[in-house]
Amino acid sequence: MAEQKTNKEQRYDRQLRLWGDHGQEALENAHICLINCCATGTEILKNLILPGIGAFTIVDGHKVNGEDVGNNFFLSSDSIGKNRAQAATEFLQELNSDVSGNFVEESPEKLLENDPEFFHRFALVIGVQLPESVCLRLGAELWNARVPFLVCRTYGLVGYMRLVVKEHTVVESHPDNALEDLRLDQPFTELKNHFASYNLDNMEKRDHSHTPWIIVVAKYLEKWYNEHDVQLPKNYKEKEAFRQLIRGGIRTNESGAPEEEENFDEAIKNVNTALNATKISSAVEDIFNSEQCENITSQTPVFWLMVRGVRDFVRNEGNGLLPLRGKIPDMIADSDKFINLQNVYREKALQDAAVVSKHIQTHLQNVGKPPECVSENDIRLFCKNAAFLRVVRCRSLAEEFSTDTFYKDTITSSMDNPDSEMVLYLMLRSVDRFYQQHSRYPGVYNYQVEEDISKLKVCVNSLLQELGLSVSVKDDYIHEFCRYGAAEPHTVAAFLGGAAAQEAIKIITHQFVPFNNTFIYNAMAQTSATFQL
Amino acid sequence: MAEGEEPMLVDGTTGDWPGRWDHVKKFLERAGPFTHPDFEPSTESLQFLLDVCKILVIGAGGLGCELLKDLALSGFRHIHIVDMDTIDVSNLNRQFLFRPKDVGRPKAEVAADFINRRIPGCRVIPHFKKIQDLDETFYRQFHIVVCGLDSVVARRWINGMLLSLLVYEDSVLDTSSVIPLIDGGTEGFKGNARVILPGMTACIDCTLELYPPQINFPMCTIASMPRLPEHCIEYVRILQWPKDKPFGDGVALDGDDPRHIQWVFHKSLERAAQFNITGVTYRLTQGVVKRIIPAVASTNAVIAAACTTEVFKIASSAYSGLNNYLVFNDVDGLYTYTFEAERKENCSACSQIPQDLHFSPSTKLQDVLNYLTDSASLQIKSPAITTTLDGKNKTLYLQTVASIEERTRPNLSKSLQELGLVNGQELAVADVTTPQTLLFKLIFTS
Repeated sequence: MAEQKTNKEQRYDRQLRLWGDHGQEALENAHICLINCCATGTEILKNLILPGIGAFTIVDGHKVNGEDVGNNFFLSSDSIGKNRAQAATEFLQELNSDVSGNFVEESPEKLLENDPEFFHRFALVIGVQLPESVCLRLGAELWNARVPFLVCRTYGLVGYMRLVVKEHTVVESHPDNALEDLRLDQPFTELKNHFASYNLDNMEKRDHSHTPWIIVVAKYLEKWYNEHDVQLPKNYKEKEAFRQLIRGGIRTNESGAPEEEENFDEAIKNVNTALNATKISSAVEDIFNSEQCENITSQTPVFWLMVRGVRDFVRNEGNGLLPLRGKIPDMIADSDKFINLQNVYREKALQDAAVVSKHIQTHLQNVGKPPECVSENDIRLFCKNAAFLRVVRCRSLAEEFSTDTFYKDTITSSMDNPDSEMVLYLMLRSVDRFYQQHSRYPGVYNYQVEEDISKLKVCVNSLLQELGLSVSVKDDYIHEFCRYGAAEPHTVAAFLGGAAAQEAIKIITHQFVPFNNTFIYNAMAQTSATFQL
Repeated sequence: MAEGEEPMLVDGTTGDWPGRWDHVKKFLERAGPFTHPDFEPSTESLQFLLDVCKILVIGAGGLGCELLKDLALSGFRHIHIVDMDTIDVSNLNRQFLFRPKDVGRPKAEVAADFINRRIPGCRVIPHFKKIQDLDETFYRQFHIVVCGLDSVVARRWINGMLLSLLVYEDSVLDTSSVIPLIDGGTEGFKGNARVILPGMTACIDCTLELYPPQINFPMCTIASMPRLPEHCIEYVRILQWPKDKPFGDGVALDGDDPRHIQWVFHKSLERAAQFNITGVTYRLTQGVVKRIIPAVASTNAVIAAACTTEVFKIASSAYSGLNNYLVFNDVDGLYTYTFEAERKENCSACSQIPQDLHFSPSTKLQDVLNYLTDSASLQIKSPAITTTLDGKNKTLYLQTVASIEERTRPNLSKSLQELGLVNGQELAVADVTTPQTLLFKLIFTS
């Protein structure tokens, strides 16, 4: 048993460094459904099986044909004539014995008719190469059941993804470039006291040049306040003057030349960002103002309970500020000074989290739920990430497709550039119309390409008319989409396979931020765009 | 035969079946409004891909496995793959051609074997070697080279190799000697793919600033004032290991040996305790010692796919290629950015212009060496400098051969003048980052 456990840690080491053990646990507890294991589908699954998804179920009623085997790594020529779901499951299962693979030899339409609740058991449903009508019906079912739905499609050199999830909350968004939470503009009492324990002027040379820059800035800020009516340096001129003030504090040697004091250099460099007013972002304010935060009931999910706890803190003990993050960046300093400073921040962060916890407990009591519902660790993690919380709300497919609620402005303004990826979206909608009318996609056989152009154009125009869109779709795109002949080239399927799998992992782990809500990839130009539709 | 039906292909050697290449053929046999100006729809293009086109894949890791699959399923059948590594358990979360039973075996060989068995007709030939172990005649045979490397040094080397194959007639580039280089790189959720036409578009060295050298912690921090758990680990790795020699004299720290990592882990905990530093874990220890870069299957899948799309475009002229650099990041939504990296006029690798070095004659050779290694645009790893003095080839300094290093070491503390160098002296610099020597011209300043 210990042997196996070690191997999993070794095997998944490179990804554990991205989403941690708790992220991996979420992944291993997830059961996802893939509809249609064509090349795009199997590529998506491969990128979920390799990192260790708990289980997958493929729904596919098709039989394997020669074309399928040509672009799909997880089928062989022996599979021809067999059920595609079964054939692919065997090859995919082989990738990782930790994962449990299942298949249902059935079309999604049939399942929707006979057993729609089949889909409710999944953490996520991924629908690939689904005709519009099936997409919409499945979308409605999953929307009501609150099961996240990811629609994917490879059409010639175009990739398409649509995420449908009513509300997806993210505590650990892992932002790339986050501002530090240093509170130099509003030092809390313990921090003030810590600063007060330093006297830069009296220090020995070595101590002076190994004092953390945060303390240096704080001390010089005091001097500045005395001369500037307790106002922070605001504009470029003032910040430059402040930098000069600090520069003047660098010790000089006997001949009057400045000593090398890297900590002072760091202080000067950080003036730009360190003096920004600590404030709550509008994104987080929006989260505080959400209905779910306002009305706490016994049904309220843990995320919103914690949001409310933090909001209560902000409006009371926090005096308008979030609980302290508690981390400081590394800086030139001797070990003791740095560790002591770091501990001041850490301890305050723990204190703030404890207050948040009390607020949460009060709410739990009020709705008759036991305190164990929310763990201390979760609260601490939440507080650390309070500035980076994200809530993603995607519109339903019904809203996107309805002539009453579709986002006309988004489409029209994107089409100001007629080569915007939006034109590819309109073409995909058009080929779906074509399919509805002709029970096939345009240009599948060579002889059809020419004659389908005018037929497809009719579909494009009827779509534009129905939506009241006065945009023009260049003939070149209509020709190009006939040329595609609904082909599914492997490299485009593989690109989407990677992109979609990572979005699925985001949904399952609640880490990192999923896209909202339509992603288009153009393999001709190697560009992409995300639209909210 | 009914209209629209494909003819049955009966071919024992290639094992083709009806419809096999249908997805690919649509891009080769049909005209279209966005094709490359040189494109001609034809049924022969597929034959070119299947039977003639030769692709070299460098690296059989996260990107390499994906590249092989993508190429094979796009119609490429003559593929060579080079990788000097063997398979490790930690590869298995993304290098999908390998299984637990393959651990320890050469990546190139296992990868080639898997593809050849899964994709009938595909012939991947493995080379369990360093790229530097193969020569001009090897590289010259390929139509396109695709890289899935994890090292800037290796990238620069292959870049230099392809540049060295360029043929110029009267200073005019013979474009038939150009072998396109498609280069992919990934790190966590970030990746990039670029297209390089050696001698024509920006090369790796033109944009060396995009690969800033790794910053190590300052020695004084590590030695006497650690603040982070990482500092404690580096202390044990750099200072304590050579002193304690825990596994014997001359036994170097092997990041892949769990016993070594355990030892470093425990000593790091001790060091951290001395300074009240928390946060040393086994995982962190291994990460710091091995300079581990996090990796997942999804990013590799995306970048390899983008690279292979470009290989296909170039091989088939189906579309204009990426021009010429794609950046990808899916931390927050999905973000791509495409731009044209520009050639550097005086690029040390591809401009064919000897670089000027400005130094006073009293400068010590050591300082010239430091300049070569520290310069952001040169980033030479261990320069070996030779020049012609009195009509004879003389090595001024060379690090990589112990006996020569010892013999030439005194030169480092001599001035350029003392070494007999004159204004305008041509210096030839060899390095692991390039198969060609770089030429520099010494310009004396007062």
